[in-house]
Amino acid sequence: MTTPSARATDLKVALFATCFNDTMWPETPKATVRLLERLGCRVEFPLEQTCCGQLLTNTGYAADAVPLVRRFVDVFEDYDAVVAPSGSCVGSVREQHPTIAENGGDEALAHRVAQMGPRVYELSEFLVDVLGVTDVGAYFPHRVTYHPTCHSLRMLRVGDRPLQLLRAVRGIDLVELPGADECCGFGGTFAMKNADVSIAMGADKARHIVETGAEVVVAGDNSCLAHIGGLLGRQRSGVRRMHLAEILASTEEDPA
Amino acid sequence: MTPPIPAEGDPAAYGSADPTAAPTVAGPVQRTSATFIGMPKFPEAARVALANTQQRRNLHHATHTIRAKRAAVVDELPQWEALRVAGAEAKDEALTHLGDYLEQLEANLTARGAVVHWARDAQEANAIVLEIVRAKEVDEVVKVKSMATQEIELNEALEAAGINAWETDLAELIVQLGHDRPSHILVPAIHRNRSEIREIFSHEMGKVGRPAPSDLTDEPARLAEAARLHLREKFLRARVAVSGANFAVADTGTLVVVESEGNGRMCLTLPETLISVVGIEKVLPTWDDLGAMLQLLPRSSTGERMNPYTTMWSGVHEGDGPQDVHVVLLDNGRSHVLADRLGRQALRCIRCSACLNVCPVYERTGGHAYGSVYPGPIGAVLNPQLRGTTSDVDKSLPYASSLCGACFDACPVRINIPELLVELRGKVVEEGGHTAESVAMKAAAWVLSDPKRLAGAQKAATTAGRVIGKRTIRSVPGLGAWTNARDLPTPPTETFRQWWVREHGDEGGPR
Repeated sequence: MTTPSARATDLKVALFATCFNDTMWPETPKATVRLLERLGCRVEFPLEQTCCGQLLTNTGYAADAVPLVRRFVDVFEDYDAVVAPSGSCVGSVREQHPTIAENGGDEALAHRVAQMGPRVYELSEFLVDVLGVTDVGAYFPHRVTYHPTCHSLRMLRVGDRPLQLLRAVRGIDLVELPGADECCGFGGTFAMKNADVSIAMGADKARHIVETGAEVVVAGDNSCLAHIGGLLGRQRSGVRRMHLAEILASTEEDPA
Repeated sequence: MTPPIPAEGDPAAYGSADPTAAPTVAGPVQRTSATFIGMPKFPEAARVALANTQQRRNLHHATHTIRAKRAAVVDELPQWEALRVAGAEAKDEALTHLGDYLEQLEANLTARGAVVHWARDAQEANAIVLEIVRAKEVDEVVKVKSMATQEIELNEALEAAGINAWETDLAELIVQLGHDRPSHILVPAIHRNRSEIREIFSHEMGKVGRPAPSDLTDEPARLAEAARLHLREKFLRARVAVSGANFAVADTGTLVVVESEGNGRMCLTLPETLISVVGIEKVLPTWDDLGAMLQLLPRSSTGERMNPYTTMWSGVHEGDGPQDVHVVLLDNGRSHVLADRLGRQALRCIRCSACLNVCPVYERTGGHAYGSVYPGPIGAVLNPQLRGTTSDVDKSLPYASSLCGACFDACPVRINIPELLVELRGKVVEEGGHTAESVAMKAAAWVLSDPKRLAGAQKAATTAGRVIGKRTIRSVPGLGAWTNARDLPTPPTETFRQWWVREHGDEGGPR
């Protein structure tokens, strides 16, 4: 394991759990806290946080998301770094919040949003770029395949950072996912509004995952994983879904 | 009526009862399903398309093949990003001063002997073309592959007036002979495989001209030969051609057609009269702008470094090529798109189809579900802007995407399609659709805008989590769209927020 960078202890780090993880997948933000604390960070969870508003924005209700954008800035702007275990929610904060604030006609808000955007990180970005670690001291002796979610790949451009982190996990048998960069078909309300197409896309993703012989499919977004895992579960495929944070938090003493 | 040229050597090959009688072409081709009027909304059309296993297989094969070809020729250019920026800038310059460049184009075309017409909409454009064709006293035209003329349904307008419009692009020929609709911008018969094409050629060619050889196989070379022989007589006979244009260069008055087959060049050079219907957004400021465009287009569309045929013409050249040259500049909703600050970037589109080929939705549904000659991601943003969001299909198109972003990455002129889709969803909502949904969304916004309300709503989830325990959720009333094929995640018995407060108290709360 790499020694925690001196920076880690100096930074005021806030966890943005995201409303979906907070409500449905609490193990993911818990793992994020364990991991970051293990690397020397002092993590705070501001209780006034709620949601990035992406569901509203992407369904056509961006105007209703303005209060959420304002709340996000109010809650997080004093931190050195805001870390979220979700590429999609960070994508919304960095790429959509500026436009929402501008279209909402609040220039002061737009300015504050623009100022803090670069300090909001998806987990793998924070680990690799800010803390400068790829070996986080994790242990996970299972066959794993990684699905890069669209917003982390094409909105945030996290590139191979998650793979760098996974490759350094002791005991892991990391296998390449065919057609990895193709969308799983979740797409937020797309999964309901265009359920048939969503399922057709997901069925192909699930087939590729099963073909790798992996026991675990890992990704940086629990939303996509809910869809992929839902399909794999229905098929009794014998593949389980895990968030990247949970594998990286896993150790010999405290296995996931 | 222009008599068709008999097939060389064997007039009986037409299948006429009297082998000595010259075969005639009886009226316009019947194409009952050629228009997209009354299309259902995208999810319904998609459901039908998803069940078409032959089409699924054809599309998967075709899109993945062309994807790989495009990726190879794009990756080999280190300056690809710079080219994309140059392409987008040239288009933006043209669109920002569109009126000026169009007037310059008109002046230069006119000075070189072309006649320029202006058409506000499809009806005006069709009337202009029809008038020119009628004045030539012909009952047929040959056509270069053209999206603009499909958009205005020119073929249907000509046929209604008793004039046959022969598509000469190989794939458009397949679509026309098959009484079918195009399902792709560049390869409109992408949903057909070669055995289907053999069937169409064998059954249909003889009804409108030289029939396919009786021993036709599904070998690509044999199919191409049959098409070549069938089309050749039309090229040699036709006195009027109709085309579109890929680019219209303002400072030289030059129209450009980029193609692979050479059939376009036949149409553009052989007939006496050439009518080109050109969308006003096709204008480029300068000849030099072609430098970037002619690299971007072939690499993005067919995955080739350079396309085999690029035809350029500026007005009339005495004794060489068409002597009566008309250009119809078409608006048909484009000014409306131009008025939208964000939406206008869709007018940069050079119809390369790269966004279709990389789109995971298009790959599975094909093009027909989009209810327009412009399918795929670009269609999903262009159609609701050009036609408005009044019809069921146009209202549903902005939602026909998972917002995966592959289209934006592939677009050679950097159209941010996901951003536009989200913007258009806002318009659809604003215009009053989705009432039950808007109530639910307002409620969600109210809950999510306050941590106490969110915590209250979360109690419902954790209560459900305690009741359900370790069981898997396989069906929930009202959530069938999800649970028909997917298990639903079981809610936890404790949210993260509750855990944090239990572990840390209020520490780490707002400061």
